[in-house]
Parts: sequence; structure tokens; C-alpha cells
Amino acid sequence: MTANSIISVSHLSKSFGEVNALKDISFDVGEGEVFGFIGPDGAGKTTLFRIITTLLLPDEGEVTILGLDCVKGFRELRKNIGYMPGRFSLYMDLTVEENLNFYATVFGTTVRENYDLIADIYAHIEPFRKRPAGKLSGGMKQKLALSCALIHKPALLVLDEPTTGVDAVSRAEFWEMLKKLKKYHITILVSTPYMDEAMRCDKVALIQEGKILSVDQPERITDGFSRRLFSVRSSEKYKLIRALREFPLTDTAYPFGDSVHVTFRDDHYDDTLYRYLTAAGFTDVSIGETRAGIEDRFLELMTPPLQGSNRTL
Amino acid sequence: MKRFLVFVKKEFLHIFRDVRTMIILFLIPGALILLFGFVVNTDLKNATVSFLDLSRDEMTVKLTDKICSSGFFFRGENLDSYQEIDQALRGNKIKAVIIFEKDFSRKLISDGKATVNIITDGSEPNMATMATNYISAIIADFNSELVTNGTTATLLVQPEVRMFYNPSLKSQHMFVPGVITLIMILICALMTSITITREKEFGTMEALLVSPLKPIQIILGKIVPYFILSFVDVIIILLLSRYVFDLPVKGSIILLLAETMLYILMSLSLGILISSVVNTMQQAIFISLVGMMLPAILLSGFIYPIGNMPKIYDWISAIMPPRYFIIIIKNVMIKGTGFSYIWKETLFLVLFTLFAIVLSIRKFNIRLQ
Amino acid sequence: MKNTVISVRNLVKKFGNFIANDNLTFEVYKGEIFGFLGANGAGKTTAIRILSGLSKPTSGEVIVAGFDARKQPEQIKKNIGYMCQKFSLYEDLTVKENIMLYGGIYGMKKQLIRDRTRSLLERLQFEEYGDRLIAALPLGLKQKLAFSVAVLHEPKIVFLDEPTGGVDPITRRQFWEMIYETAARGITVFVTTHYMDEAEYCDRVSIMNEGKIEALDTPAGLKKQYQAGSIEEVFISIARPGKN
Repeated sequence: MTANSIISVSHLSKSFGEVNALKDISFDVGEGEVFGFIGPDGAGKTTLFRIITTLLLPDEGEVTILGLDCVKGFRELRKNIGYMPGRFSLYMDLTVEENLNFYATVFGTTVRENYDLIADIYAHIEPFRKRPAGKLSGGMKQKLALSCALIHKPALLVLDEPTTGVDAVSRAEFWEMLKKLKKYHITILVSTPYMDEAMRCDKVALIQEGKILSVDQPERITDGFSRRLFSVRSSEKYKLIRALREFPLTDTAYPFGDSVHVTFRDDHYDDTLYRYLTAAGFTDVSIGETRAGIEDRFLELMTPPLQGSNRTL
Repeated sequence: MKRFLVFVKKEFLHIFRDVRTMIILFLIPGALILLFGFVVNTDLKNATVSFLDLSRDEMTVKLTDKICSSGFFFRGENLDSYQEIDQALRGNKIKAVIIFEKDFSRKLISDGKATVNIITDGSEPNMATMATNYISAIIADFNSELVTNGTTATLLVQPEVRMFYNPSLKSQHMFVPGVITLIMILICALMTSITITREKEFGTMEALLVSPLKPIQIILGKIVPYFILSFVDVIIILLLSRYVFDLPVKGSIILLLAETMLYILMSLSLGILISSVVNTMQQAIFISLVGMMLPAILLSGFIYPIGNMPKIYDWISAIMPPRYFIIIIKNVMIKGTGFSYIWKETLFLVLFTLFAIVLSIRKFNIRLQ
Repeated sequence: MKNTVISVRNLVKKFGNFIANDNLTFEVYKGEIFGFLGANGAGKTTAIRILSGLSKPTSGEVIVAGFDARKQPEQIKKNIGYMCQKFSLYEDLTVKENIMLYGGIYGMKKQLIRDRTRSLLERLQFEEYGDRLIAALPLGLKQKLAFSVAVLHEPKIVFLDEPTGGVDPITRRQFWEMIYETAARGITVFVTTHYMDEAEYCDRVSIMNEGKIEALDTPAGLKKQYQAGSIEEVFISIARPGKN
């Protein structure tokens, strides 16, 4: 546990009956960090966040938040955590204004007192302050929920999949807002199933089946990709994937947007591939070496190391 | 305290903004009362009465005229014998038969008393009571005229009321207490359990739990608005029954309201208890309806007399609070008895309420598990 | 010449004074993977309801799988498949029961359903799961199965609504390979999604904003046209001017 760590989790496990939701998880979050948990549905993100927000009890391990134990210190902690659950915690029949006032009062403060903190965010939705929350668009709901979670100026903000189901514009705005909160030294814990959002965080934990695969700064996580990676394009994508899998030197071949990302055995690459593909009838093949993204790294971490034969999906 | 008040305010907003909740809260109680009251009732001005006049003397003719000119009754055919009464009432047109006994005038003068029998159709209890009440009033009026005229200063007319098909006239006296008992369970248990489970389903409960609000504040915040609104309902029901159906509260109104508050509180804590053990609105509705409403209707004595039930149902109904509340409210409203007659039932309700409150606070989870 | 399976000409859909679809014109071809993007409330859902025969256009011509959306919606429904992220299979039925049910709904012969079920389970390497309840399957398997079921009756077009939301990167790629394979068989795949990296997998992409189609091209073409590094940037530069 470092001196200024806001969250310190060590050897945390949690099961629901037969299901091991979290398996021996450890990590630290420093003050003022935007810390992202990236992983698919069912990886354990929500369970972890619920333990951190004192909503669930850990089975094993220690969880210290803001210097307090998450079990014994839950009353004190609840005053200092802002939490935005996966389903926006808004009252759909109350207006924008009423929702905000309600959460402010419940946390023993007023909207005016901390208005500067939410001003940027709330400005987007203030024109609709008399509208019931249920009638807002997804993006506006998300902004209102964030305002409500922030209104008591929490030291720690926990956001569970805030960008799920929200369009790309609103998502981009949302991340810009989180960035602006940095000047208030609020530590932010955020989860998302979308790999591309990882780069927006200061630090990222890749999580899968209740285990953390890697924790680091996003650039360093992608740097951890140890292989040479090639991007292969052709208009006949399905045929291309089949052909690449059959190519004897291929190690992995995954579709990746409009291209296929390929690694080769022993990272050996020469123009045999091009000749192989041309011989197979492809007329518009382009091959180039490319930098790995976070998703490539996630794929690498998810699959066991080389076994010597072609991997099939 | 401010936290608590803002919570209560929020609950009121939920209620006032939801049309369905408003309907259940304010339209259904009135509608049920009117339904129970009027379904068996037609306008009394159209009621036809027949007469079986066995003396046909000066007095009976006068009295017959008075009844028929009152504006409330049409004069039906005259009957000649008791045997014809049954036939007349079964025909459905005649709502009551008035019988003057033999030697009416002579008995009135010599014995100082003569009998008028009023036979009504008990299958329409509300109509029957109203007709009886009106006829009795007219006869009483006639009687007082006799007295003031000074001719026969000591004479009395005694109407003997007999119900033809439903001698004990159960449902008529039962419907107001029954509806109150039912409505309170419906509103309190069903609505509170729905509002809490709704917060669980929509995820707002997570946010509330992570706030500094204490469980007791959340629970009371849910109870208070429904307590106030249910109480308003009871007042509405009582006013309706007094002024529309002419069914006043015979006993102490304070006692009645106090007992009702106790019953409301008990129903609310049952609602809270339900919501603390289930997670979805669907489950809450199911338990409230099957576990609360059905027993309240079937096993409380509201519709089926407990005395006629198989023993096993009698035992089950013994732990059903509605059963005791119906006893209490019938005693106070209809019989006009005091607290000493109902303290046992009251004590049961008090204990049950305490039990439910304590259990629901203990069951109310400060976490999600 | 490309074989057109969806042809939309001057489609307008109004709700009262509100114009949900404002003069849409586009074509989708056989065997194509067509990405249909747009912000919340841009009019995507309205357009898809019309394309799948659930709602009628206010004006304009919509031909889907050779049938007129105004006059032959029932014919359209027989020739399309549909899969959305939230609801497609019955959790309390087994894998085989779900397939049977679905085949039955589309009026397939018992023998044909049985044959297709066998080949479907084989292809997915699902044989052991045949008698399991859907509820007991992991999310990734459920989605793959839901997709296979949606194309069980060999429709001309299959509509996918955010097909890979929330799944892990490997499952997601397996899913997209299934989509590629389906498209290679000649079934048109019509995908709607909020997630722009998903759009990059499509052959062509359209972007809707405020009821209009603002852009339609291959992902590479769009990126070139808007001088953007990703479809997400393209999307934002289209959708943002209209917002504040």
C-alpha cells in the first residue's frame, strides 16, 4: 500500500454460491487517478465495485478505502463515496432538478454549495431542468446521474459502466468531463466493457473471469504486447481469415475492424505470405506491420502462450 | 431530519405523478364503497309497496294514504292473505309489504298499541334497510300526529321489521368495515412493497444504500406518505358511508380512528416486510395479492362467516390480522361498543405490528446481500 | 451488377409534427454487412421498424427482400431474421427447444429443423449443450446461438441490434467470423450499434443524424472523406454540430 493510495485491495475473493466472481484480486489506486476496469460482462467488475462501495461484503482479503476498512468503516465511507450504478440511479418520474436536489439533501449538502464542481456537466442539461429524468436521452441521463453522484463532492467517485448504451458523441463528452474533474483531486474508478475507452484512463486493469490480467498505464499495457503484429486487408474478409488460418506460419489471426491482425510463429515474416495469398486468388491484398492496441494485448493475455500449432478459434 | 423530510417529499412526488397510484389510492376506495352500496340499490322514489290490510278501518286507511303520499313509495296492489306476500316479493317489482294486523284501530284505542309489520326483500339488503327506515319514519311521524292531536294520547305504533330472505342481513352491515379492511391492506401492503422493490429494480436503492441515509429513515420515509394518504382514505370512506348510505358510526369516532391507524401501521409494516424479502415488483405484487388480499377477502369473515368455515381455515384465519380488525371495526361502527369489548383484538394487532416492524428493520439490508 | 435486397427511396416517417425519418434514400446489397449508425434519437429505430415490416412509412418507397413495406409487411417478416442483444432466446427452455420453437414459428418442416439443428450445433461445437437451459450458458455462447437461430430459416436479411455489446474480445471475434461466414453465404447482415469500432467490421456504414443519413460509404472511404483516424471521429464530427 503506497502512501497516498485511495483504494488498496489485497487478495480479495468473492463467491456467489458456486460462482467465483472475484479470485484473489489485488491492486492500488492512487489519489486523483482515473482508474479503469476493462473487461467483458460477467468479468466481476460490478461485484468489485459493489464491495468498494460497501454494498457487498468480501469473502476474503482486505479492502481499504480512504484509509478505512470497507466493512467496519462503511458508515463513514458512505458519506465520502459518489456511486453511479450500472443502471443510472435516477428517479425517472422526478425532474432533473428534483433528482439533483434530492441527492444533495440526502448527502447533507445543497446544490449551491458544490455547484462549481458540476457546473460544466450540469450546463448541458440545465435547459431541461423541469423535464422528468425518464424523458431525457441516454446521454443526458448519464450526465444527470454523474451530477447526482458528484453533488456531495466525494473523495472517491465510482462509476459502473457509465458509457454502456450511450452514443459515441455523449461518450466522448463524458470522458472529457471526467478529465476536467482532475483539478478537484477526485479519484475516479470507472468500468467499461469497451477496450477503446482504456486509453482515456490514467491506469487500467484488464479483468476477465474474476481475475486481473494486467494493471498498468494504458500505453504500458499495449507495450506489453511482445510480438510483431501485422495487419492484412482484403475486400474478401471471410475468405482472407480462412486463408490466413491455413497459412502454415500463422500463429494467430483475428478479425480487427476492416483488417485481420496476424502474428507469425517465431515472429518470422517475409513475403511468402503475400505470394501465398496471391496464389490463393486474392487480388487486393495489403500487408503492413502495425502497433498493437489494448485489445490485441487483451487477446494475448487471454490466450495461453504458444503451443506450436495453429490456434483455432 | 432534513434528509428524512426530503425523502418523504420525494415519495409524495412519486405518488402524485403516477396516475395508477393515484387511482388505487383515491378512486378505488370510493368506487368500491359505491359499488358495494349501490349495486343492490335503486332509487327509493321508485319503490313500490303493497299492503295487506287485515282490518281496513279508519286508521289503516289514513296511514296507507300517508305512506303513499310521502313521495317515496308507489302504491302496489292490495294483498288479501299472507300467502300472497311471498309471490309479491318474488315478482321483484314490490320492494316491501306493509301488514296491518286485524282490529288495528280497536287495539290501538283499547290496548294502546297496534302492530305494523314491514316485510322487505332481504336479497337487496340496502334497499330493504332504506325502505324500512323510511316507512318507520313515516309511521313515527303519524304516531306523533296522533299524540299531538290529543285524541289518543298514549298510543304507539310499533313497526315490526322482518327480513324475508336474509334474516340477519349480513352483507349490508359488513360492507363498510369490509371495504376499509380490504383497502387498507391493498394500499398499505401492496403499494409500499411495490415502491421499495421498484427502487431495487431501477437501481436507485443502490444509490440510497451508498448514501448516509439510515435504514430507519428509508423505512419511515416510505411509511409516512402512505400512512397519511391511507388515513385520508378512511375518512373519505366513513364520510361516504355516513352521507351516501346513511350508515353512521355508532360508537366513539376517536376510538375508531385510533384503531384504524393501528391497522394502517400494521399493513404498512407488512408491506415493508414483504419488500425486504423479495427483489422484484412482480414478486411483491404476487405476495401482496395472494398472501394478503386473498386471505383478507376470504378468511377474515368479510364474505364468508368464520363460523361456517372448516376448522382448518378457522385456525389459519386466527393469525390473519384482517379478521381481528373486522371484529373491531364492526363493534365500534355498527354495535357502538367501547374499548373494553375489543381490547383483545387490539392487543393482537399491536403485537403483530411490533413484530412486523422489528422484523422488517432487522431484515432491511444495509447491503445488497 | 449488384443484387439489391433493400431499396429505400425518399422514405419519410412522421409522428405528428415530428419527422423521425427525413427523406432517406439508400440501397443494401446481397451478402453485404451494412452498418447502420446514429446517435440516440437519430431515427435508427424508426427506420428499422419500417424495414422489418413493423411500421409503415408516411411516404416514399421501401422494398425489402423484394416486397413492399407498405403493402406486404407479412411477406417481409417471413424473409428476415432478427436478433437483439437483450432478448432473443427463452432462458427457461433448452437450446434444442429454442431452436425447435423458432423453426416452428417460421413454419419450417420438422425434418428440416432437425437437420439444421444438428448442423448448427456441430458448427458451433455445441453438441454437448443441446439439452442445457439457455440460462445456464455463458453470455458469449448465448449470443452466438441467438445469431445462429436468427438465420436458421435462411432469411434474405438478418437485422442485428448491438450484437456484441459486453462480450470479451475473443468471443467478439468469433461472433464477427460467424457474421462474415453468413454474409459469404449470401445473407445480408444489417447491423445497428452505438459502438464505432464495431462499425469498422462492416462492409459499408451509414451514419444518421436528426432523421437524415449524413454519410454512407465503406469505413475506409468515410475515414478518408472526413480525414479521420477512426469511424468514431467521423461519427462525432457528423453528430456534434447539431448538439450543444
